[in-house]
Amino acid sequence: MTNPAPVGAVEELPRDKVERFDRELSAIVKRYPPDRKVAAMLPALRLGQEIFGYCSPAVQQLAADRLGASPTRAEEVATFYVMFHTHPLGRHLVEVCTNVSCCLTGAERIFEHLKQKLGVKNGGTTPDGRFTLREVECLGSCGTAPAMLIDENEMHERLDIKRVEQILEGLK
Amino acid sequence: MSETLILTKRWGQPNSAALAGYRADGGYAALDKALGMEPGAIVDEVKKSNLRGRGGAGFATGLKWTFLPKDVRPRYLTINADESEPGTFKDRYIIEHDPHQLIEGIAITCYALDIHLAYVYIRGEFPKQARVLEKAIEEARAAGILGAKLLGKKDFDLDIHVHRGAGAYICGEESALLESLEGKKGYPRLKPPFPAIVGLWGKPTIINNVETIANIPWILSNGGEAFAALGTGKTGGTRLFGVSGHVNRPGVYEKPAAYNLKKLIMEDCGGIPGGRKVKAVIPGGSSSPVLRGDEIDISLEVDAVKAAGSMSGSGGIIVFDDSTCLVRALARISKFYAEESCGQCTPCREGTSWMEGIIEKIEHGHGTAADVDKLEQIAGNIGGNTICALGDAASMPVQSFLKKFRDEFIRHVEERRCPYGDHGWGLEQSSRPAVVGAVRY
Repeated sequence: MTNPAPVGAVEELPRDKVERFDRELSAIVKRYPPDRKVAAMLPALRLGQEIFGYCSPAVQQLAADRLGASPTRAEEVATFYVMFHTHPLGRHLVEVCTNVSCCLTGAERIFEHLKQKLGVKNGGTTPDGRFTLREVECLGSCGTAPAMLIDENEMHERLDIKRVEQILEGLK
Repeated sequence: MSETLILTKRWGQPNSAALAGYRADGGYAALDKALGMEPGAIVDEVKKSNLRGRGGAGFATGLKWTFLPKDVRPRYLTINADESEPGTFKDRYIIEHDPHQLIEGIAITCYALDIHLAYVYIRGEFPKQARVLEKAIEEARAAGILGAKLLGKKDFDLDIHVHRGAGAYICGEESALLESLEGKKGYPRLKPPFPAIVGLWGKPTIINNVETIANIPWILSNGGEAFAALGTGKTGGTRLFGVSGHVNRPGVYEKPAAYNLKKLIMEDCGGIPGGRKVKAVIPGGSSSPVLRGDEIDISLEVDAVKAAGSMSGSGGIIVFDDSTCLVRALARISKFYAEESCGQCTPCREGTSWMEGIIEKIEHGHGTAADVDKLEQIAGNIGGNTICALGDAASMPVQSFLKKFRDEFIRHVEERRCPYGDHGWGLEQSSRPAVVGAVRY
């Protein structure tokens, strides 16, 4: 009997997705000098997260392998930055800024409302897997506060509770 | 006299982010002029302009450029678009509305300093801005402005790439930024050596803020002296001030560098909602020492704000009205620095969390007079004892809030509760239309 693949092995990732990862990564590494490929660690992990859903140990291993870095380096980066997720998330990531300018314009109330409505704590995922709710630091939308970032892609600004409900309604 | 607008002039105009729109307004003429000059003459012009770094430290840009060692190649340019200091929200709009102005500034800077590779390090939370910038760079490349020949005529190869961060305030610190750009976690480096000597991949590297470099085309077109004349003292030009919090018209205002803070808040921003009074103002991002409402009749010029006991920093101005609980505000600020401490230096890693805990305790009515003193002691032991400035950034708000509003902390202790109850963030908590340059949001 052969031994099972170790946790985090690249082999357990779907082959077609690995191919897509390799294809897209080869364009990304061109931004850096040829002998500095490991500089692409952040974009590689972001790409891996996008393709495979989250930064699992296998994804970290894959990024490290392709950039010629140690797995420890990939793990170190994956766990340092808040936009890398080493655990699965809900289908939509709802991130509410509760820093000073947002709170001065009502963000604390919005965040409390969302916690109640979704029935989760900060960082929690709804039982149906639809939303993960998270409190985040300043999003750079202080003049158009309060602000919320959806799926680390869509910024919504000048929010109130009604507007937040509409936005969430549109996310299936 | 109408005010000179350098940075916000095109914001809101149709096509302002596109190459055609930029060119139609005279874009890339400054680069053309620069290519006909000696590189050293460009640096001299920037020195004459009194341009100072707009990321927070206010260091003289031209002087920084002269720190590059003469004979070491390659050199790199890195643009800091990590804009993460709470209260700061200006660079994102430069990129959104006028990315080519930044690209032209980068091209001129690279030509002046013999740099052939530049990176723009943009925070991960700005996906839209990263896309706008990548598209603009692509356009410039396709038009032959970048690539093997600058502006399609000068044999000088230049490439610019966007490198996105992934959520870490510390990466706005220039040496942490370099670590992150090298594909590592963002641990600040020991200095000296400074990045101009030993920077990206061990090579001399100039790191400038977005707003700083966006000024370069104007300086080249109009001359360093004209730029210097727009400001006063050692700070030239206009500046972008981002005003947020309790004002009727928050937003980004381009004003002469020595504009009056009170005038900006009470006139340009339309004063305080509900006609309330200003209780406190943070003048330059959340790390800058707080000013009392009666201390804001000052010039925003870098050295003038310093003389008033604070910092004009990143130009991020946060206004608190008289119904706000400043213990609650400080608790939130301290939470931010505790959250964002990278963990490398013990005083900062441990101290920032201790401060957050104690301020929370006081805010919730469980604090003692000894806690207030302890807070001061901890803050005093972080500042100056860490590798980077995050330690100072975390201590300065604590020290200044205690100095200016100690009675409010004592009141929380004596009454064993927050006197503001559920309204700690003020009685006027709602979003208001923002004015961003000429654009309404």
